[in-house]
Amino acid sequence: MLARTAESLFWLARYMERADYVARLLQVAGHMSAVRVDSDRRSEWESAIIASGGSLPYFAKHATVDEATVIDFLAFDRDNPSSIANCIDTARRNARTVRTALTTSMWDAVQGAWQELPRFRDAPKNADLLNDFLEWVRVRVDLFHGVCSNSMLRRDSFYFLRTGQFLERADNVARLLDVKYHVRLPQVSDVGGVIDYYQWLAILRVVGARRAYRVLYKGRVEPAQVAELLITRSVFPRSLAFCYQQITHHLDAIEDQDPVRVAEAKRCAHSLYADLRYASVDRIIDTGLHEFLTDVIERTEALGTQIAVGHLF
Amino acid sequence: MGWPDDVRTPYALIDAWLRDTPPDQLALKRREAEVLFRRIGITFAVYTEGGDAERLIPFDLIPRVLAQAEWRNLRRGLEQRARALNAFMHDVYHDREIIRAGRVPERLVLHNSQFRPEMCGLDLPGQMYAHICGIDMVRTGPNDYYVLEDNCRTPSGVSYMLENREVMLRLFPDLFRRNTVAPVAHYPDELLATLRSLAPPNCPGEPTIVLLTPGIHNSAYYEHAFLADEMGIDLVEGADLVVSKDVCYQRTTKGLERVDVIYRRVDDDYLDPLVFRPDSMLGVPGLHFANRAGNLTITNAVGTGIADDKAVYIHVPEMVRFYLGEEPLLKNVPTHDCSKPDELAYVLDRLDELVVKAVHGSGGYGMLVGPHASRDELAAFRQQLVQRPHDYIAQPTLSLSTVPTFVDDGIAPRHVDLRPFVLCGADQVRVVPGGLTRVALKEGSLVVNSSQGGGTKDTWILED
Repeated sequence: MLARTAESLFWLARYMERADYVARLLQVAGHMSAVRVDSDRRSEWESAIIASGGSLPYFAKHATVDEATVIDFLAFDRDNPSSIANCIDTARRNARTVRTALTTSMWDAVQGAWQELPRFRDAPKNADLLNDFLEWVRVRVDLFHGVCSNSMLRRDSFYFLRTGQFLERADNVARLLDVKYHVRLPQVSDVGGVIDYYQWLAILRVVGARRAYRVLYKGRVEPAQVAELLITRSVFPRSLAFCYQQITHHLDAIEDQDPVRVAEAKRCAHSLYADLRYASVDRIIDTGLHEFLTDVIERTEALGTQIAVGHLF
Repeated sequence: MGWPDDVRTPYALIDAWLRDTPPDQLALKRREAEVLFRRIGITFAVYTEGGDAERLIPFDLIPRVLAQAEWRNLRRGLEQRARALNAFMHDVYHDREIIRAGRVPERLVLHNSQFRPEMCGLDLPGQMYAHICGIDMVRTGPNDYYVLEDNCRTPSGVSYMLENREVMLRLFPDLFRRNTVAPVAHYPDELLATLRSLAPPNCPGEPTIVLLTPGIHNSAYYEHAFLADEMGIDLVEGADLVVSKDVCYQRTTKGLERVDVIYRRVDDDYLDPLVFRPDSMLGVPGLHFANRAGNLTITNAVGTGIADDKAVYIHVPEMVRFYLGEEPLLKNVPTHDCSKPDELAYVLDRLDELVVKAVHGSGGYGMLVGPHASRDELAAFRQQLVQRPHDYIAQPTLSLSTVPTFVDDGIAPRHVDLRPFVLCGADQVRVVPGGLTRVALKEGSLVVNSSQGGGTKDTWILED
């Protein structure tokens, strides 16, 4: 397939996945600031910005953090490349440039989202609308990934799309875990000590893992177990191990490559997958969760570059 | 209401249908049609509004109908005209017999901005140049068709012909059960067969065919994607292609892959920065040399603009006689060549009765519709005509036929034209029964261009 097509499919999936993640962040930040009457509400919104990776553009534009500004920034701001509205716009632009590689239902899913977007973006903002919007985003993204599963031929275009989706998800999950660690637990020794129950609960909420946690761990939310669930448990579809299982699988499925050129991308993916799959959470926490996550984020970024190099993007 | 009681025979069924269908149901269908078009994303970009604004071309529910006999005549005329135009292009870039015979003035060809000396002496597969022609016609009376324009460069609109039919089939399946409408959906197959027949002399086997688009900001991008999709070929941009040692390749995830035939929707000027505009980012350096080396076919060929100039148009009937030895089946609109002093004088005398068009203009720009023009517009055009008579031609305003059209206050007659698409392969000429009908939505307006607010209709050729 055309290298440009592969690249656009890869980014189409990444931007759809990112829209979903930012919507989840906002939903949880809103929820947390509402239930925690005793807390400093500002921090919920601030960590949402950090977890979205948008600190730089945000603080370049705004001096202070408050609910309305953060919501607008993460949901609709055109100056924030990762705002949900921009993610959907960018995804649709990628979809348009590779329209011939999409199935009709994939196009419908992206085009439909893009067409309905102004209904939310241009409406007067209030809490109900925001809730509707965030719910809508998640349903739309699920629809998109669902129609990909149900309508695409299992060929390179599908594998590039899925690789993009799970690379983005891995990056998001690693950042999410890291930002909570960073914001709330400045010292390694604090882990398991003075932890904020609600903060760890919030992480579970963002990745939709509360039920999964209960099924797997039964009891009260413990940070080490949250970390384990999100790092090594490949039965959970938003864990890093699951993401990397998918990445290696789909990367290997891409047909008939020059083995030398793609070797580096495969090496990056498989070695990180092995590290995640056989990781011991206790050891990670002993040696530093933040250090571990930083390594995952950097290697994920390097993998993205190597995929582009290996497949001539 | 809105059309004479003596309904033309092909319209009898449409007439009955419209009388039977309650107006509110039609209004509902009209809204449904709009939703469908938006969802499919059939839009065209409007450059003047800044950014990449996408707008829908209004769609009219009431089909335009032609009887089989009417179409048969048209079709023969179209094939004839396309053959003559292609023969003319081959001649112009080779021996120029028509010029030596004094039938077409030399100045018109050799001093034409669309003439590409780079194409001289190059032999093309089947001696075909304009592989996809969109010939615009109007009807002025029973079996009276006039050709308005021969679009030989990169005519667009065929996706509307196909999507209009799709939408009609979805909205009014009953209507098709009651009528025998010739299908058009096989157009992409015919186009692919045409492109395949044009494989270059050095093609190593089954040709690899791609569609070259300027990209998503082009007004016809939807159509490019649609056609590539329907044919199952790659839609490429300039940056996806590379020419090495006079062979064209596309950049794939596996490396370079040879390309043999390009259906290009990029204009000549932007096609190859080594030969044409050096600042073009849309084209591919070296494409022209791959073409000349016999390693690549470019469709439509470079330099076809020489045949669809409005001043060259005047001579098309002569081309039919000269190359084919036949009488032309389709008529030209009587056209005054303003570069001739006596004709210019005539035109200036009757400016308020005539339509004046810029020779190189398109999209309804740079034209004057005399009977509808203000005093100031007339004066301004008069001045331009005197200053640059070579740039203009003039035609009488035809009494165009109208067809019933669904407008805001009901059903009313509106002017239409018709653009059938003629495919000229190295093996045969193919015409799919139908075409794009454009309709002037403004009352009394003669301008059907989409950039001027025109709409489209489904076009039905009834089978016997």
